[in-house]
Amino acid sequence: MDDRLPGIRPRQSWGRRLDMAARRGFPLVVTVLLLLLAAAPFGLSGQPQIQFAVALASVFFWSLFRPASMPPLVVFGLGVVVDLLGYAPLGTNVVILLALHAVATAGRRFLARGGFVMVWLAFAMLAAVAAGSQWLLTAVLTLRLLPVLPAVFAALLAAGLYPLLAVPFARAQRSLAEPERA
Amino acid sequence: MIRLSIPLRQALAKLTLPVLIALAFGLMLLGKADVLLAERMRVALADALAPIWGVLAEPLGKVRVVVDEFRHAVTLYGDNARLRAENDTLRRWQSVALALDAENTVLKANLHWVPDPTPSYVTARVVADAGGVYARAVLLSLGPNHHTSKGQIALDERGLVGRVTEIGSRSARVLLITDLNSRVPVTLERSRGRAMLAGTNGARPRLMYWPEGVMPVEGERVVTSAEANAFPAGLPVGVVRYSASHVPEVEPDARLDRLEVVRLFEYGLHDLAPPELSVPRQVERRR
Repeated sequence: MDDRLPGIRPRQSWGRRLDMAARRGFPLVVTVLLLLLAAAPFGLSGQPQIQFAVALASVFFWSLFRPASMPPLVVFGLGVVVDLLGYAPLGTNVVILLALHAVATAGRRFLARGGFVMVWLAFAMLAAVAAGSQWLLTAVLTLRLLPVLPAVFAALLAAGLYPLLAVPFARAQRSLAEPERA
Repeated sequence: MIRLSIPLRQALAKLTLPVLIALAFGLMLLGKADVLLAERMRVALADALAPIWGVLAEPLGKVRVVVDEFRHAVTLYGDNARLRAENDTLRRWQSVALALDAENTVLKANLHWVPDPTPSYVTARVVADAGGVYARAVLLSLGPNHHTSKGQIALDERGLVGRVTEIGSRSARVLLITDLNSRVPVTLERSRGRAMLAGTNGARPRLMYWPEGVMPVEGERVVTSAEANAFPAGLPVGVVRYSASHVPEVEPDARLDRLEVVRLFEYGLHDLAPPELSVPRQVERRR
């Protein structure tokens, strides 16, 4: 893509290409690492919800601020990982994360111009919808009535966790994960 | 790379998302149609990750110990008083237990009692939370040549934890008794009434289907029953507690929220399918 832009750029050496690839891959790698860490035995209650919240926040943030590093295929892969790690019926989190990605990219123009609080509020609402649809999909796929409380907790946790993730992500977006800086 | 015209490329880029969403629904159907596939993928992933989590578990355990020690230091005075009182009670119970043990030995000798075989067991470290938002389970790390199998019974140092539902080459998944899919046949110790212990995903599983004329009593001990040949009789499960809405629940003896090491017992009972494999139950009658 950058090849089409006019201007003077450093030569495309192997080192630079590697550097750019690493910067492009940063969101995916960090998200996967966070997901694995969220499954480690901390002995916290509600750890599965943390996993779900991390996936939501990460996909939302990167779809909004750097969609090139969070393309649909990567979102699909992350969804499968969340499904497998979280023992959810296969495909539920894939659908939810893809829908979130679609909403985030569609609302980019509008949201990215708004301040942090507006993005946060939008995320909180989307997280509530996501937790609700996860509840519904899991209930339909396992054919049982599930308790509602975990879903409410998941939505609240996702909304609460978002700033904790978004602040370091925003810093990384301008420094570590910026392919132009390679 | 194939050179495509720009409009074609843009059209393709726009198509990716709908196609992937359709694929995700396809994945859902596939997961429903071929349950074994999902299970195999999970086991493979767990096998690959178990060593990593096993390495992580060590420093995490140390941090937890430090935090616990700090907390204990704060509550030292109160703990001491409570322990002294508890010690007195236990001393009294100890003499009762010794007397009963002696009596039991004599009675068994008179009855030509055939002792139960001592079950073999292995001890394994809990390396990860293998539950989901709607599941309660833990992942154990096992050596590559383990001899554990599905249906083995997991206990911690205090009581029943759950059953092994999935086995990989380096890992095993234990479904906790608090999981929504867990059903454990139990005996109410005082009345000897049989009941079913059903998980709710909450901290306390619920008692169901106790016989007519018998009510679970608050504080009564609950042990496993050998009915349905899924468990041996008499493993400690927990204590009956009534919830605020007057539903009898069981407070598990095992410390399910902070499992570190569990023992897997082989009792030679095999009748278990993982919850994802079993046919969903029809509408359950609640009492």
